[in-house]
Amino acid sequence: MTDTQSLPGGSLMGEPSETGRFGEFGGRFVPESLVPACFELEAAFRTAWADPAFHAEYEALLRDYGGRPTPVTECANLSKQLGIRLLLKREDLTHTGSHKINNVVGQALLTKRMGKQRVIAETGAGQHGVATATAAALFGLDCVVYMGEVDVERQALNVFRMRLLGSEVVPVASGSRTLKDAVNEALRDWVANVESTHYCLGSVMGPHPYPWMVREFQRILGAEAREQCRAVLGRDPDVVAACVGGGSNAAGTFSGFVDTDARLVGVEAAGGAAIGRGIPGVVHGMKSFLMQDEHGQVAEAHSISAGLDYPGVGPEHAHLAASGRADYPSAGDEEVLRAFELLARSEGIIPALESAHAIAWVVAAAERGELAPGTTVLVTLSGRGDKDVAQVMDMVNARTS
Amino acid sequence: MSLEDHLRARRDAGRKLLVPYVTGGLGDDWVETVRALAAAGADAIEVGIPFSDPVMDGPVIQQASERALHAGATPGGIVRALSGVDAGVPLAVMTYYNLVFRAGHERFASSLATAGIAGCILPDLPLDEAGEWCAAADAAGVATILLAAPTTPDDRLAAICERSRGFVYAVGVLGVTGERSSLAASATVIAKRLKAVTDRPVLVGVGVSNAEQARQVAEAADGVVVGSALVRRLLEGAGPEGAAAFVAELRAGLDG
Ligand SMILES: Cc1ncc(COP(=O)(O)O)c(C=O)c1O
Repeated sequence: MTDTQSLPGGSLMGEPSETGRFGEFGGRFVPESLVPACFELEAAFRTAWADPAFHAEYEALLRDYGGRPTPVTECANLSKQLGIRLLLKREDLTHTGSHKINNVVGQALLTKRMGKQRVIAETGAGQHGVATATAAALFGLDCVVYMGEVDVERQALNVFRMRLLGSEVVPVASGSRTLKDAVNEALRDWVANVESTHYCLGSVMGPHPYPWMVREFQRILGAEAREQCRAVLGRDPDVVAACVGGGSNAAGTFSGFVDTDARLVGVEAAGGAAIGRGIPGVVHGMKSFLMQDEHGQVAEAHSISAGLDYPGVGPEHAHLAASGRADYPSAGDEEVLRAFELLARSEGIIPALESAHAIAWVVAAAERGELAPGTTVLVTLSGRGDKDVAQVMDMVNARTS
Repeated sequence: MSLEDHLRARRDAGRKLLVPYVTGGLGDDWVETVRALAAAGADAIEVGIPFSDPVMDGPVIQQASERALHAGATPGGIVRALSGVDAGVPLAVMTYYNLVFRAGHERFASSLATAGIAGCILPDLPLDEAGEWCAAADAAGVATILLAAPTTPDDRLAAICERSRGFVYAVGVLGVTGERSSLAASATVIAKRLKAVTDRPVLVGVGVSNAEQARQVAEAADGVVVGSALVRRLLEGAGPEGAAAFVAELRAGLDG
């Protein structure tokens, strides 16, 4: 048995404080109309998460419907090229094609428990929207997904998938017309319909209990990966990396390794680097790092990846950064595109543009000698790239023409 | 006189209270609009400091905020402009918490006090998170007006009234700001629930859109806050005179 107390981060990634704090970050900064719903959700989650019957149902669904456990794949070709040992946790192989399904199955079960008939969601890349629409179809719930107009256009395939699944997709025309604005609109809907509606938030962000609850629903990813790494490597990896938008795939991954000696790396998009370029602020119900101007107006993020095109980040990541347990470098659009192509060609795996950020960081870190030869690296491949193929095709064509 | 003393005195004299809302920085003549509203019968005026991500606001106030920000409105600029207004009735600002957090609690509170602004409404700072700000605002002599919602349970309602200063802002309908064709039943219900637990002035806002609705809800409440219906008129070019005419209409409705 490992002694979790003496290892770095042994006290990290547990339950937040009563007010939903991870260190100084988190909280419940929402309009009064929503506060009782946050309390209700917290109570429902606590009860469910302490109930073996809930766990059994959640795990059975993720197994029989969601395709878990997902494998860990050792990338022989790319490892050789980079001089390291690279393993991928394959969330791209889940039903609906990303880690988002883990969270959504949990929240859909909770929605049932709370007796609500309608769910709403925000989505950037559309993966969370698709996962929510999928669960809504399975459980017979009404579902409305808010999506920025820019993302509706660049993730058109996922918009159609959501509509096929019977959900309504509402394009959001305000602000930067991306993920931030989709969250605003979902919150506005929730304020109006809070008594009948569960807000199925897609990442470890928002007001308490979401950052904690979503991390718990993603914990399964990290727990599997830890066992699988031990089976493959005979020990824990040296480095564990994942991309960070709101931070849910990274939080799930890190939760499996926070009490090991592994270096934890969350890779932000250069144009959406809340930790890299932001300072503490409060938006979307949480206190966290936030890209903003000198007056406190929220900045617009800019990234080719719709899922990482967000000026904030989940509060637990702010805390992990502040405490030094994890670090949060960023990757730019060009290197991400190269990593996308590199993984496709060297391993036959087309990653989501979001996940390609984590690959891009590994490539750059290996090339500049930050990863010593033989370093073992686990990357969570949070999703598959089908949704991005049309967008990448345009970019590649533009580059060669 | 504090915001609350002012409002209590007027209420106790038998007057129904009218607090119109305008977005600061909307149009070159917005400061003039503030003065015109006071002259037209407002008992206090709520001025919005525009924020990039106003989650409690519907399309009208979102659009007003966007326009004002586009025209270069800043929190400091709006507060400075208000310091010269001398409207004759108390002013309160309404904004979102990040602008306060970014400036720093003490600094923001003292800038309001220096400008002679009597109150502050932060719709995304609920009771449980309001402690630090309230302490700074109290110390600076600025009233923190808290919101109570139709979903707020009774015990929490009492705690909100206890901690609120100036008045208690009763959210009349589940939803964001915006006009409604009729007054929601929830408006009268929340007003009555609040009146049963507090002696502070109780004003209903969100979804109060015209003189008739104001009159109706003021049967249970001490007064109303009217925002979107007024801001829509300003967006349509009503100007200070048009705004004043609408407020006079509301006044007449309340005075019966
Ligand atoms: C495949 C994929 N990875 C990552 C993300 C980013 O979300 P998070 O940081 O919560 O994992 C998204 C979000 O849309 C996504 O679709």
